[in-house]
Amino acid sequence: MAIFSVYVVNKAGGLIYQYDNYVPRAEVEKTFSFPLDLVLKIHDEKVVVSFGQRDGIRVGHAVLSINGVDVNGKLFAIGSQLSPEVGSSGIEMLETDMFKLHCFQTLTGIKFIVLADPRQSGVDGLLRKIYEIYSDFALKNPFYSLEMPIRCELFDQNLKSALEIAEKAGTFGPGS
Amino acid sequence: MTIHNLYIFDRNGTCLHYSEWNRKKQAGISKEEEYKLMYGMLFSIRSFVSKMSPLDMKDGFVAFQTSRYKLHYYETPTGIKIVMNTDLGVPNCRDILHQIYSTLYVEYIVKNPLCVLGETLQSELFNSRLDSFIRALPFFNVRAA
Repeated sequence: MAIFSVYVVNKAGGLIYQYDNYVPRAEVEKTFSFPLDLVLKIHDEKVVVSFGQRDGIRVGHAVLSINGVDVNGKLFAIGSQLSPEVGSSGIEMLETDMFKLHCFQTLTGIKFIVLADPRQSGVDGLLRKIYEIYSDFALKNPFYSLEMPIRCELFDQNLKSALEIAEKAGTFGPGS
Repeated sequence: MTIHNLYIFDRNGTCLHYSEWNRKKQAGISKEEEYKLMYGMLFSIRSFVSKMSPLDMKDGFVAFQTSRYKLHYYETPTGIKIVMNTDLGVPNCRDILHQIYSTLYVEYIVKNPLCVLGETLQSELFNSRLDSFIRALPFFNVRAA
């Protein structure tokens, strides 16, 4: 899971594509009887634990499923939170101890953002490859309008396979 | 490989210290505005990083780079923020910034009974020691103007 997420941001700063690829480290399964020892609240369209830490369930953990039934969708709107102040054309790489965020801005103002493991190499090549996939499967799609959310199946498929190649090979050769 | 400049902020956003060695381009705004802009940007980046991080974080934001410079960041638990801009060839600077904090700031400012914390640092000794420390770093190299 060396590449955590890929985001595509349009010129206005709105999020037009998001792909998350990380498994939360801690998935805890517990059996509760009524009343629950945890206080839950709704945050960002997810149900999140706000109080009641015990047995590995900490504040901030989200409820994934109840009795085996999947609770909620994975996508949440972060377009406004990724506003241009941080993804500005200046920053190409932002480093923390847990991840590296790489950003590539095209001449038309589209920004490709990849959150990867700090040890992952070849992310620059991956960003160029994602740009290539975007121009092949989103821009050349006659039903896709510019700056709108990307809903093209071929784009998803090719993006996933490019990510797999990047995670395995670590780098892209020229002309791949 | 050079070091461009260094800022030290306290937890309220006051710029305690600023020195520059090799800065090629000024910001175009007054120094006060530049400090506020820098502090605001770092504050925003820190909260962005804590929201975006896929895993629980230990240290948080460490550095960022653009096509021209790299900004290194170190924050102490008391809210003292040390920010250093270098060029791209410089590797991870976190331990150097930590050294600046522990051997220079703590020794010459915190332990100085005449220095008031929370205001711009007035100690000449601190300034000169900091300057010689930076110049002694292996990747400091003054380019001819």
